[in-house]
Amino acid sequence: MSSTAAALPVARGQSPARRALRRFLRHRLAVFGLAVVVLFVLVAALAPFVAPADPVQTSWTAIRRAPSAAHWFGTDENGRDVLSRVIWGARASLLAGVISVLVALLIGVPVGLLAGLTGGWTDTVISRIADAMLSVPFLILAIALAAFLGPALENAMLAIAITASPIFVRLSRGMALDARATDWVEAARALGNPPWRLGLLHVLPNIVPPLLVQATLAIAEAIIAEASLSFLGLGQQPPAPSWGSMLNSAQRFLTQAPWLAVFPGLAIFLVVLAFNLVGDGLRDALDPRSERR
Amino acid sequence: MAIWLLRRLGQILPTLLILSVLIFGLQQLMPGDPALILAGEERGDPEVLAQIRAELFLDRPLWQQYLRWISHVVQGDFGFSWRIRMPVSELILQKLPVTFQLASMSFVIAVLIGVPAGVISAMRRDRPVDWAANAVALFGISMPNFWLGIMMILLFSVQLGWLPPSGYVPLTEDPVQSLATTIMPAFVLGSGIAGVLMRHTRAAMLTALSQDYVRTARAKGLPERVVVTKHALRNALIPVVTLGTIGFGRLLAGAVLTEQIFTIPGFGKLIVDAVFNRDYPVVQGVVLATALIFVSLSLVADMLYMAINPRLRQA
Amino acid sequence: MIRKTVFAALLAACAIGASAQAQHLRLALREDPDILDPTLSRTYVGRIVYAAICDKLFDINEKLEIVPQLATAHRWEDPKTLLITLRDGVRFHDGEVMDAEAVRYSLNRHLTLPGSFRRSEMGDVQAVEVVDPRTVRIRLKGPSGAFLAALTDRAGMILSPKAAEAAGRNFGTHPVCAGPFRFVERVAQERIVVERFPDYWDAGRVHLNRVTYLPIPDNTVRLANLQSGAVEFAERMEPDDMQAIQGNRNLRVVAVDELGYQGITININNGPRADTPFGRDARVRAAFELAIDRAAINQVVYEGKYTPTRQPIPPASPYHARDFQPEPRDVARARALLREAGVTTPLTVEMTVPNNPDLRQVGEVIQAMVQEAGFDLRLRATESPPPSRRRPGGNSRPSWSAGPAAPTRTAISTASPAPAARRMTAAIPIPRWTACSTPRGRKPISRSAATSMSRRCALPSARTTRGSISGTGRTSWGMWRGSAATGRCRTG
Repeated sequence: MSSTAAALPVARGQSPARRALRRFLRHRLAVFGLAVVVLFVLVAALAPFVAPADPVQTSWTAIRRAPSAAHWFGTDENGRDVLSRVIWGARASLLAGVISVLVALLIGVPVGLLAGLTGGWTDTVISRIADAMLSVPFLILAIALAAFLGPALENAMLAIAITASPIFVRLSRGMALDARATDWVEAARALGNPPWRLGLLHVLPNIVPPLLVQATLAIAEAIIAEASLSFLGLGQQPPAPSWGSMLNSAQRFLTQAPWLAVFPGLAIFLVVLAFNLVGDGLRDALDPRSERR
Repeated sequence: MAIWLLRRLGQILPTLLILSVLIFGLQQLMPGDPALILAGEERGDPEVLAQIRAELFLDRPLWQQYLRWISHVVQGDFGFSWRIRMPVSELILQKLPVTFQLASMSFVIAVLIGVPAGVISAMRRDRPVDWAANAVALFGISMPNFWLGIMMILLFSVQLGWLPPSGYVPLTEDPVQSLATTIMPAFVLGSGIAGVLMRHTRAAMLTALSQDYVRTARAKGLPERVVVTKHALRNALIPVVTLGTIGFGRLLAGAVLTEQIFTIPGFGKLIVDAVFNRDYPVVQGVVLATALIFVSLSLVADMLYMAINPRLRQA
Repeated sequence: MIRKTVFAALLAACAIGASAQAQHLRLALREDPDILDPTLSRTYVGRIVYAAICDKLFDINEKLEIVPQLATAHRWEDPKTLLITLRDGVRFHDGEVMDAEAVRYSLNRHLTLPGSFRRSEMGDVQAVEVVDPRTVRIRLKGPSGAFLAALTDRAGMILSPKAAEAAGRNFGTHPVCAGPFRFVERVAQERIVVERFPDYWDAGRVHLNRVTYLPIPDNTVRLANLQSGAVEFAERMEPDDMQAIQGNRNLRVVAVDELGYQGITININNGPRADTPFGRDARVRAAFELAIDRAAINQVVYEGKYTPTRQPIPPASPYHARDFQPEPRDVARARALLREAGVTTPLTVEMTVPNNPDLRQVGEVIQAMVQEAGFDLRLRATESPPPSRRRPGGNSRPSWSAGPAAPTRTAISTASPAPAARRMTAAIPIPRWTACSTPRGRKPISRSAATSMSRRCALPSARTTRGSISGTGRTSWGMWRGSAATGRCRTG
């Protein structure tokens, strides 16, 4: 509700980005979150080098082995190394989180700006569509979309992107409306600048901070959504590892091999927590009005 | 109030209309021809296909199909399940009480945890209690609830053997057993919402505590307990109530995974099974029904907001 | 007749165990049945419910012989003409009389209702004639040794014409047949309730007042319900759970040989999707088979409780070919075959698997195995009915199919396709683990009860003579539970 404050006048002497960075760094938990995110990104990017084994290499003689020196996280029901699967699973999860949010941004922001800047009928139609999409719970809409598109990681990502986009439509529309009301945009318009230039030149830079906050939090949600869809069998398809689908098969062996359920879940939890911490920190840093009260 | 309600309804109608178009449009994303799926072994027989298409209006232009569909939906006819040929509306009505029980229980849990935690944490601001409450809330928000569910089964059912791992007993059949089967899923579902509620309550309380009327009350020498409960909390709860109502809608969605883990035959299992059965009318029906519930809940939230906050009524 | 007594034996047996408890049997099913319309239904599990509500013209006994049920006798007037005499005094659940006209109506409905899944089983029928109220004459297009067998399954179920006419396609929401129990209610995914039908033609042998079927797909939950006494009977238990069941004094496990099988159905001649190296070239399919290690699947997924085999005919059957055993896994030869066939590896093959945890794992195990030979196997999870039938025309992917063999799915070869063979089936029959709980201190449910549970869904081996086994039965594969059935079905 209060994240519409980005278009404040710039303080003298110090660039706002710098100030924000300083404030962010003061936020110890956020820095911790960022460190975890960076760690996971590195692990995911370097998966082929970091993972001790091939994540899809089965071994029929080593099924459901408990964690040991050879397999730190144990082996799964097909004798695959769980640690390696968790590491490669980071790829699926982070990619799904980041790409789907990027796509959502690419859909949501231009549409939202269009609505906010042009107003009138365009605005009404776009806002109503966004309302309609927001009135279906996120996961249900994503499941329905994934179901109709067919099960695949790409489709799950698309479904998540589509369901996440109305949030960005709303946000950027609100920002555009706010910005349109400020003096300097009025002035720019009086000087004869067409609306699209206003959008590009004046509004966009100002909505970056709140978008950044929202996007970070959305990534956290998208990662959970991907895990959920994969858990239901609508995301990553076997044998490729995904934290969600690992949890799904782990549930079958809860009595015999509980460790199978622990590690992938812990990974999801850590990443999501980290993104949430970063998001909170960014909000505090970028939005001077929403100082932690 | 009446005028406000009418205006609000006027806003909802186009939303619902667009929603219906979107949900109808889902069907167009579907790979393959529904008639072929329904035709069974006679799919090679053009006559049978034509008959099925005619029966389902599939041979008409899209807009006519839509009009037929929406006119049925308005009358409460959501079509029939392709798999078991029962009316979708009946299926939904059968499943709704189960999910409703689960959602209500988790809502109660969320409120019981979230609101007091928020109040306490606001009053003990920046003290250890506040930090702990914030940390727990953040954990609650970040915890994927299906994992929490699995971990709870592991602890309470597999290790300790206190609760049944899954399954469901209707409340009417055996209330005790019913509670035993739903308490874990309800807690799992409620914990996420509790975190959100706690954060909002805390923020609202902090705002309220810094308001003039609270300062006045304090200056009058009223005991702190009265100040907090009578003055601050009352006002702080206004946004919490609206949020809570909408949170209830989120619970319905969250139930999808929780029901899957605890094998509770509710709304969530209905849509997931329908997805794998390619029972598209059921998928559509469930999406539409949740949207309807969600929209009516936000209407209720608005009305509650008006009711609690008399200042708005004049506007 | 004997089939009915088999069923009664089950009821009697369970009634002993649960006598005081209002003679209400609660039975946990592994899946939720699909539509309860004998013409339209497809699932294996649906047959378990039909056994209570819909009698058939003929039945199969424990020796896999065809015996009369609603019929009393049959006679082939010539190889193309079958004369059936009907039982007297049979009534449908709505009180209507079951007569020759009802039989004619039902068989015609199976043949002509749009969306019928019985048509291929009944494809030989040219005409059904009413001779007199007790006699029906069926004319076939050509001689068919398997036709009678079709009438022991859903195609032989007789519906009340009055009810069917009134309900049309919605008959399945409230089926009206002539079985020992009548349909009461159904809550999807939750329960199907049937109650004793007092006017049943063999009512003296029905000892239960009510049966509730509870679909509980989750193995852990099914077991938990059995242990807590929430159900008296559960079918198809997981090998993983055997220990838990055997350790419980109140539970009794019965392992039975199944007649149904599971296998991979490959589309080799149906539409554009068959036009792949996998569908066209027998060498590619042979390579696929050589890459699979049945023993390892058995070990990894089923704890070694099954016995691999390569044919859909159970060892107990006289038609089982003893010297037709699976070949050991040979990845080198598989690779060589692929090279010979000239395909570029990895060769992508898409296979649908039922969305059960254990079968999904079977899919993943096979995926890993064939990958070494040069296949890129993509898995697609769907629900249980044979997806090949549901896929739009000409779109069939290879698919894992379960349940008793329907006549159209009995060709069993990866070798050169016989002209008639539209689909190829390699079989892994699934043993049905069945467990039955006995309330404290009472007599355990007889083994024959459990045996009959699955026997009732049995398929006469005669049926496999249809299809196109001849000349092509080269490289099918499968698994059988080795031990023979521990119980015998008994005529009451």
